[in-house]
Amino acid sequence: MSTKVSLDDVERVAELAHLKLTPDETQGMLHDLNAILNYVAQLNELDMDSVVPLAQVSELQGSGAASTLRGDATQPSLDRAVVMREAPETSGVFFKVPKVIER
Amino acid sequence: MTGGSWERRETTVTGSYAEKPKTLAELRQGIASGRVKAADLAGSYFERIEKADPQLNIFLSLTRERALEQAARIDDAAAKGDLLGPLAGIPVGIKDVLVMRGAASTAGSKILKGYHPPYDATAVARLESAGAVLLGKLNCDEFAMGSSNENSAYGPVRNPFDLDRVPGGSSGGSAAAVAANLAVASLGTDTGGSIRQPAAFCGVVGVLPTYGRVSRFGLIAFASSLDRIGPFAGNVRDAATLLSVIAGHDPADATSSSAPVLDYAAESDKSAAGLRIGVPSEYFGEGLDPEVRQRIEQGIDALRAAGCIIKPVSLPHTRYAIPTYYLVATAEASANLARFDGVRYGYRSPASATLSEMYSHSRDEGFGAEVKRRIMLGTYALSAGYYDAYYLKAQKVRRLLAEEFLRAFAEVDAIVTPTAPTAAFKIGEKSGDPLAMYLADIYTVTASLAGICGVNVPCGNTAAGLPVGMQVLASHLREDNAFRVARAVEAAHI
Repeated sequence: MSTKVSLDDVERVAELAHLKLTPDETQGMLHDLNAILNYVAQLNELDMDSVVPLAQVSELQGSGAASTLRGDATQPSLDRAVVMREAPETSGVFFKVPKVIER
Repeated sequence: MTGGSWERRETTVTGSYAEKPKTLAELRQGIASGRVKAADLAGSYFERIEKADPQLNIFLSLTRERALEQAARIDDAAAKGDLLGPLAGIPVGIKDVLVMRGAASTAGSKILKGYHPPYDATAVARLESAGAVLLGKLNCDEFAMGSSNENSAYGPVRNPFDLDRVPGGSSGGSAAAVAANLAVASLGTDTGGSIRQPAAFCGVVGVLPTYGRVSRFGLIAFASSLDRIGPFAGNVRDAATLLSVIAGHDPADATSSSAPVLDYAAESDKSAAGLRIGVPSEYFGEGLDPEVRQRIEQGIDALRAAGCIIKPVSLPHTRYAIPTYYLVATAEASANLARFDGVRYGYRSPASATLSEMYSHSRDEGFGAEVKRRIMLGTYALSAGYYDAYYLKAQKVRRLLAEEFLRAFAEVDAIVTPTAPTAAFKIGEKSGDPLAMYLADIYTVTASLAGICGVNVPCGNTAAGLPVGMQVLASHLREDNAFRVARAVEAAHI
């Protein structure tokens, strides 16, 4: 758990996260990630083999938190024109992005 | 305004912008009787904002037109003698991570600059239906990630008690707005302490409702298993009134609870005498400022004098809460923030030849340093080969933390602690050191992970005149207990 993060790791994770970091940012991130991961390594002190992970407090008895889905019924949705107005580039019907496939 | 001029003075309480708003009951009665016009009240708040906000930087945008239309509706209804909602004519501010139809919603980020969402968050809509007059959107840390408001892309909010100090975060604008009386009440959000800690730093009441108590539809998500929406107000009863308005099931949020909503203001009127109060020694150890400790101990003495039964309780895993929180929260954030891709809304980098470049350039140019740091940490913790060691392990510790709270609440009705280890710190003091900043949340993240509720109630000042806050925690859906205890602390005027 106290694995040291390398520059290669930072670059790989940045790619996974779709972040184009500058060289300065990459160096800073290397330092910060190692400092934070070194700090969280204290969790290794705990023996947790028999503990069941808790993803949502609704799993706890008496928490009152729900996890119910509404009925699968058609409902009015937002007006397309209003939604499209917020996009950087659209055809009016579709969102437009740079070309994905070269022909 | 009582303090004389608005101009900046040095860092003493005499130069403070702090001013408590009138109570909801007083204001609402004035409006209902026609003595006070909601339109005039709203106008006077917009004037106050224009004068003070160039120094405080609390509001990111104003929604004047919508506010004045609502105020006119309230005045008409009052003139006709119609039944008025519980918040009729009350000027309220909204943290900018909650969307309001047609109003700029930035989440404190450049990546959402210019975004005008086409709908209202449920909590916002419920406030307005109850008669609230929505003044505008409040500054906060970018995507609610921060403990000082210094991570806002639009500059830090200044603490109304001392302009060189932070208001806390991430809901710094929401807390400061009430502290400076630029709004009577406000909404904030709390993922690891983002309502309670700024409420403590600004000397106001802030409520962390039970997870699921308030619908999050229309909240720009940070960490979905932790995020909550809650109110700020100048006193406990008003905060309780707001919670009753915004709480309750919403078909648009599958995590919202259908448990009945209590009249929390009436609950808060009940005496705290006879309630059992737990004091966990783990929250009074190393790192706690001696002045803060002294005030909290005075608060505990006041509770004893009010007839509460004070008992020690043990929460031995507390020290593992910060590492657990920062793994869980960043993992969820890295997934939630994947939606900001320059396609459907917000910022798109102009210089991108390919789709992949467009994503990564837009995100690198649009996000600030702390947001990138958390996305990176979360992506790392979820990535192949590390998932079990980090994310899964954190979820296991989360269960231990939650279960130890449940055991404690079998024996006590509420638990009291300091809300933060120190009073408000200086702007710039921690901004260069992410770990030091994370430790500002050391007493608040536990309740976040366990899903329980809590209230920050002001508990005196330091010798330098900075507010100290007591955190009153109660079990799931027992906001009534938290409010009763907070009222007793408030009544002691520490």
